[in-house]
Parts: sequence; structure tokens; C-alpha cells
Amino acid sequence: MAQSSEATGGLASVPALLQRNAREFADKAAYREKEFGIWQSWTWSEAEKEIEAFALGLINLGIKEGDFVAIVGRNRPHFYWAMVAAQSAGAVPVPVYQDSAAEEMAYVLEHCGARYAVVEDQEQVDKLIEIQDQLHQLEHMIYVDPRGLRKYDHHALHRFSDIQEQGRAAYYEWIEDLKARREKLTYDSTCVMLYTSGTTGKPKGVVLSNRNVIQSAKNACEFDDLNAGDEVLAYLPMAWVGDFIFSIGQAYWTGFCVNCPESPDTMMTDLREIGPSYYFAPPRIFETQLTNVMIRMEDASPFKKKLFDYFMAHARKVGPAILDGKQVSTWDRLKYKLGELFIYGPLKNTLGFSKVRVGYTAGEAIGPEIFDFYRSLGINLKQLYGQTEATVFVTVQPDGEVRADTVGVPAPDVEIRINDDGRIFYRSPGTFVEYYKNPESTADTKDAEGWVDTGDAGFFEPDTGHLRIIDRAKDVGTMADGAMFAPKYVENKLKFYPDILEVVLFGNGKDRCVAFINIDLSAVGNWAERNNIGYASYQELAQHPRVLETIQNHVEEVNKSVAEDEMLSGCQVHRFVILHKELDADDGEMTRTRKVRRVIVADKFKEIIDAMYDGKDEIYTETEVTYEDGRKGSISATLQIRDAQVQPVKAQKVAAE
Amino acid sequence: MNDMSTEGYVTEDGRKIGGVLMEMKDISLRFGGVKAITDISFNIREGEIRAIIGPNGAGKSSMLNVISGFYIPQEGEVWYKGARRPQMKPYEVAQQGIARTFQNIALFEGMSVLDNVMTGRLNHMKTGLLAQSIWKGKAEAEEVANREKVEKVIDFLEIQHIRKTPVSRLPYGLKKRVELARALAVEPSLLLLDEPMAGMNVEEKEDMSRFILDVNDEFGTTIALIEHDMGVVMDLSDRVVVMDYGKKIGDGTPDEVRGNQAVIDAYLGVSHD
Repeated sequence: MAQSSEATGGLASVPALLQRNAREFADKAAYREKEFGIWQSWTWSEAEKEIEAFALGLINLGIKEGDFVAIVGRNRPHFYWAMVAAQSAGAVPVPVYQDSAAEEMAYVLEHCGARYAVVEDQEQVDKLIEIQDQLHQLEHMIYVDPRGLRKYDHHALHRFSDIQEQGRAAYYEWIEDLKARREKLTYDSTCVMLYTSGTTGKPKGVVLSNRNVIQSAKNACEFDDLNAGDEVLAYLPMAWVGDFIFSIGQAYWTGFCVNCPESPDTMMTDLREIGPSYYFAPPRIFETQLTNVMIRMEDASPFKKKLFDYFMAHARKVGPAILDGKQVSTWDRLKYKLGELFIYGPLKNTLGFSKVRVGYTAGEAIGPEIFDFYRSLGINLKQLYGQTEATVFVTVQPDGEVRADTVGVPAPDVEIRINDDGRIFYRSPGTFVEYYKNPESTADTKDAEGWVDTGDAGFFEPDTGHLRIIDRAKDVGTMADGAMFAPKYVENKLKFYPDILEVVLFGNGKDRCVAFINIDLSAVGNWAERNNIGYASYQELAQHPRVLETIQNHVEEVNKSVAEDEMLSGCQVHRFVILHKELDADDGEMTRTRKVRRVIVADKFKEIIDAMYDGKDEIYTETEVTYEDGRKGSISATLQIRDAQVQPVKAQKVAAE
Repeated sequence: MNDMSTEGYVTEDGRKIGGVLMEMKDISLRFGGVKAITDISFNIREGEIRAIIGPNGAGKSSMLNVISGFYIPQEGEVWYKGARRPQMKPYEVAQQGIARTFQNIALFEGMSVLDNVMTGRLNHMKTGLLAQSIWKGKAEAEEVANREKVEKVIDFLEIQHIRKTPVSRLPYGLKKRVELARALAVEPSLLLLDEPMAGMNVEEKEDMSRFILDVNDEFGTTIALIEHDMGVVMDLSDRVVVMDYGKKIGDGTPDEVRGNQAVIDAYLGVSHD
């Protein structure tokens, strides 16, 4: 093997790192959680005690080495403890998306054969009880929040603190056992198993070893100079590889503090109170924040709005250059300083970004306008390209070399190869072990030499050596006239408008492109309120003539900009509809990380697409929707199909040759 | 089941219901010549969820106002915790541990949610005006202790995200929840809810039902509620009083009431031939 645990000073597992932190950073905050209006905190030595107590409790309950422990909940210290406790006892934690519908959860739990589940509250307990018949291996459920659960049958149901209590009571009985299990953990033992949501097919269980996690965390920490003094806010789904690497991998490697929000709804307030120095978010979060800022500026007084517009224009001009340390005239610098005082500083403070030293966006391509907005404020937001199978990191952008249209250079110790057809392959210490119980998929994705197929198409820019992603390789196609079809490019341009939440572009193999659009209810709703437009539902607002008109203007603007691009000018949107429902993970139209499942959407709304190509002006449609509790209903609507003006396609170089 | 014995009973889901907490004896209430309530008797037992239902104008809200001491009945007696309750001002009733919410929300619109809920703790604050204006020492300690209780309630009702939001900016459903929070902050021995689900959508109703059940389960609070929505009432309550035209026409478990001919007639109407 290329690396041994010597590279990390003999620290070959997450529990080993915990032991070190409890010694070296004993009195430093490891976890904080806002409860009852106050930030409660635990030092590393306290956290170690909590984890030990829970691990002893699990052993007392009969957990065996190699067992799987499902973790279902939002970001709370208890769940991070549960994961490390499971590892300490030789078991494998499997975090699961807590908002999954019962069937999705049943699939994952059944597939890994989890014997234990640590869940948050009554809602999750009920969900698991509902699917219990399908889960033969599930023996014990442990919940954190006791509310409403008093009357439940507690034969196989336990309270988190009770398990810890039992663990402490049985300390002398099991401590030697626990120590022995901890000692046995090596660089090659399984650290965690994460199910990828996947834009196609059933979720796959990605097995990551301690080597994958620790080596990747170490490299990334060194790359960005992260240290024990950093602060992060843990709010991303625990089942996502990103959260595991940041809130466990990197936190345990450096000893920095993980802060958990009070509730999902208070995230923005908590972000501001904590002021993290290291921040990570998918593009969606940045989009939402930007939309909120823009909405609130619309409501601001004319003077404030003018001031904002003036300084933001200036920031867009020189902000990124100042951040990258490039040459900027003294006058512009002075004006930027003034802007910092009046606009950028207070704005960053409101957003909770005052202290951000390193910020990352990943998971999906981010609209360049959105990206530049944050960078122009002086926030060191960078892009990262990665996936679960790589333990996140494939490429990252070094400080000072940040651009919206590339994803950076290979991360430390990562090798990248690009095939003739443009497909990107990588090999790294983070390369996953296997897909659990799925050797065929493992073999399809990872070859004997350890090269992994990303499924994305891209190329290295010759001058800078930065990787540029074109699109998912299977999404890139050709149009009827042979021009390239790359939907992401156009969709991202449209999504920059605050009114537009989601776009799906179709046109592969056709002579022209059409688009589905989801409006952003908060932005458009706010606009409707200001313009005295009454509406009763999303459907009604979506089909309002003035909304259609606004969106049409956006589409035509984007067409103009797309027409500029020589390669992609054929991807202009000829016709569009505003969908009558938001695309939703509960209906299978998106993944839990909110990536559109193109094939499913195309299939589900086939009649609408057909109507668009047939030249109809409107279409009646009925769609089944699934509520969060699994009940089904249906919504129907008559959708108007609009034509958008397109620019003449430039003579394509490819065609001319 | 509606016997007068002092022992309680055990509900289907295994909760133990205690002795009689409040007893209404032959209550009659008139406004001038209008008879709002005629000769009604029933009791509320410790730990139970007791509902008062009936069609529009049946006298439900009047009944609740009698319980809360806002209306004083011309005839009849109210017994509370084993003693006959003399005529009282509403604030004296509140001091006895009876808290309520209102059909038309009655919050301080300009104040934050937190401040509104804190007002529920007023009866628990002992320091005087002077001490509170100087603030240091005893008054501060008292406020911190009370704030702690309030935070528990905020956590319980899941309204952390609007802690600092002025009430006037909240949607209707959340205002209702804030009102419940304020009533809970009183730590009442009897909680009166006046149409807690009026004007709510299905989802809000489900949430509210869950909160009511959780309050009863978690704190053992006795709850008396008025509600229009029959489905909700039947699911929530242990015993139901049915009123029509100011008279009691039924009393018993939801199943008993559902089968009662007088109740069916009152709700569905009777043919007059």
C-alpha cells in the first residue's frame, strides 16, 4: 500500500484521534450545540467521556464488531458521538438522510442489515416501526429526544442517555473489551459507510476506510492550513460525505470545534452567532442566501438601495482582484474600503461570513454570477470538485487561483487522467474501498489499478492546469444538427435569477431546446405581495401572466448570452413552461442532495415535453405527489407553454471545418 | 363513566386519570333575557383531556369563560381542587393555576415572541417594581430562572426560530402556538384552550394536536378544550361534553358520545314532521 499510518503519526482510526485530542486539547471546545437559547459546549475530554459511555452502553447491549449502526438525525453532537462510539466498539456507522421516506430508509437499512439504529425523535421512531417488518436484522432503536415516546414499548427501544448511563454503570465490566476493540482498528478497517443518493438507480453503499478518511482530511487540512482554532457550523445532512469529512474527519484531525444549530430553522441566526472561520455549502445555500439579500434590498428604502447598488457594482469590478492580491488602483482600493465600511462589512456580518477564512462550494456547479457576488464581498469562497467515492476531494482551488468556471488543480496526492472521450478518472488515497454487497458496480467504477470513473466529462485548461467540468458525461449530448448539448451550462445561467429556483433543459437529439422552470416561491411571492397580486397556491402564482412574462424576459436574456458562446449557441431555449409543482426529493425527481434526476423528470412529464415540441400553447396535466409522511395526492393544472425569442446561431467553427 | 366517585380511571392507552379537579354544579348563565347556559353540571378530572363541543351558539365559549372566572354564573357552583370557588377576578383565577388561550388570539402584537411568553411567568415573579428596575441581584436571578422555564417551553413547542420575532409578523398558525406557549409558561394545573385549531389548515391542525397530546403526556397538565372540528376532538379527548342551545345533551367518552342520538340530531339536524 502506498501510504501507511506512519504518515499520520500512528493515528490509524478516528477513535485514536479522539484519544489524542482528549489528551492534547483536553480543555478546548470540541462541540457546541444551542439548546434552550444558550450555546452548550463540550470540551474534547468531555466529548471523549460521552463517547466512551455510549460505546460501553452499546457493548453492554450486545454490539459485535462489524455490526452496522444506522444514524438518523439532524446535526447534533449526540449523533457524532454515536458514530465515533460505534467505531470504537468496532462497528460501522451508517448515517442516513433523516428526511428520507420510509421506503428509502427501509432499502438502506435492509441493504446494510443494521442491527442498531440511533435516531432523533418520535418521528423517526415511528418511521422505523412502520417499516419494521422489512427489517429482520434491526434489534435495537436508541432515541435522543424522549418527547412523546414515554408510552412506547421499551423492550427494544432505549433512550440515548439511558444507554450512556448503563455504559457508565458497567464500566469495569466492559472497559477492557472496549480498549481491545479500539486497539484492533487499523488503517484498513472500515471507518464509515455512506449511501450515495445517485441520480440514477438505487442508492449504493460506499465503504470508506480509516485510510480514506484520515488521509483525505489530513491533506485537505494542510492544503488550507486549518488548525485547532477554526470553527465550523455543522448543518449539512449527516449522511452526506462532506459533512462526515468536515465534522468528523477534519475536526478530529485538527481538533477544531463543531457547532450544531438549535433547529434547522434557526440555521441563519446560529451562523451569525458562531461566525465560522471555515464554511462549506452546496451552491443551493449560496443561491438562497443571495435571493434573501436581494429580496430584502428590494424592500429597503430608496437611499439604502442606491447605496447598495453603487457599492455592489464597485465590488463586482475590483473585489475579486483585491481578494486575489492582484494590482488595483489606489482610488479603487479606497472606494472598496469605504464600501466595506458601509455595505460589505455589515452584509457579511448579517450573513455570518465575517470571519470566514476558507469557504467552499461543491456538490454541483455554481452560477458564476453567484460565485462572483460572494468573492466580490471579500469572502474567500472557492470551488472544490469531489464525490463520495473519492472521500470528497478530487480537485480544489488554491488561494489566489480561484475562478468561477474551473474547479481547480488536483488535490494533494490525487492523480487525474482524462480519457479520449473526455471522461475524468482519478486515483487517490481517498479512493473508496468498494460498494457494499455490489461487486459489479465496484468493478464498473474502479479498475484493478485503482482508477475511478467520475462519470463527468471535462478537460484541463492548457495554460493554467485547472480542470474544467463540462457536464455529467451522460447528460452531454448532441443536437439534431450535430451541435453540442450541455444542459448544465444554460440551467446555471437561468438559475442566477432570484425568481428561478430550478431549471431542466431538454434537447438531446432534437433540433431545438425546451425548458422546465420552477419559480422560487419566496422571491416571486415577495414580488407578488409588493405588486398586489393575489394568489392561493404555487400553481396559481406560477401561471400568472405577469410571472410568465418576467420569466420569459429572463429566458430571452439568457438566450442572448448563450448565443455568444460558440460551442453552445445551439442550446438556446426556444420554448418553456413553468411547472405546476416544485421538483422534490420525496417524489423522486431530485436526489436528497437536490440534484435533478433528469431521466426521471423527462419520463414523468413526458406529455409536457411532447406538447412543447408539438407546438401546443397549453397542456392539461395531472401529477401524483408524495407528502413527507408517505401519503399520496395529486395536483392538476393547465400549463401555458411560452415561446422565447432566440438569437441566430453563429456559424459554428466545427461545422465550418 | 361519568360517575361522581373520587377515584379516577385508566384510559385505553394506559394513562391514569386522577380525582376530580374541577366540578361544575348546575351552572346557569344569563345575559339579560338570553339564556346562554342552562343548568349544566360536569366535572374535569386531573390529567385528562376534556372537550366541550357543540354547534354554533351552543354556549361553549360562555362555559369556558365561566371556568376561567370571566363570567360569573347567576346560578350554580364552581368547585376547584375540592373547595367551592368564591366570586373571583380573572387574575385571581390565574393565580390559582388556570391558564387559557383565546379564540381570537390575544397576544401583545408589538412584542417579541420571547417577551410574550415571558409574560406568562408574571405570577411566578416575586421581586417588586423597585428591585426590578434596579435589576441587579435578586431580580436578575429571578429573571434568569424564569427565562430557563420559558426556554423549555419554546423548545417544547419548537418555536426557537421565531424567538426574537415580533408577534405581529407571524402567520396565524404560529401565533396560536405562541399563545399556547404563553399559557404553558404559567405552568398551569388546568389549561383551557378556546378553539385551538380554528382557522388552521390540516397540517397545522396535526401539529397542534400533537402538541396538545404531548403537553398532557409530558407535564401531566389537565386540559379542557373547546373545538369545532369533530374529528380532532374525538381523537384527542378522553371525555366529551356536548352542548346545544345552552343545555348539556351528552357526556362521556368519544365513542359513547358518537352513538348518542341527541348528539347526532344536534349536529345533523332533525326533521320536523
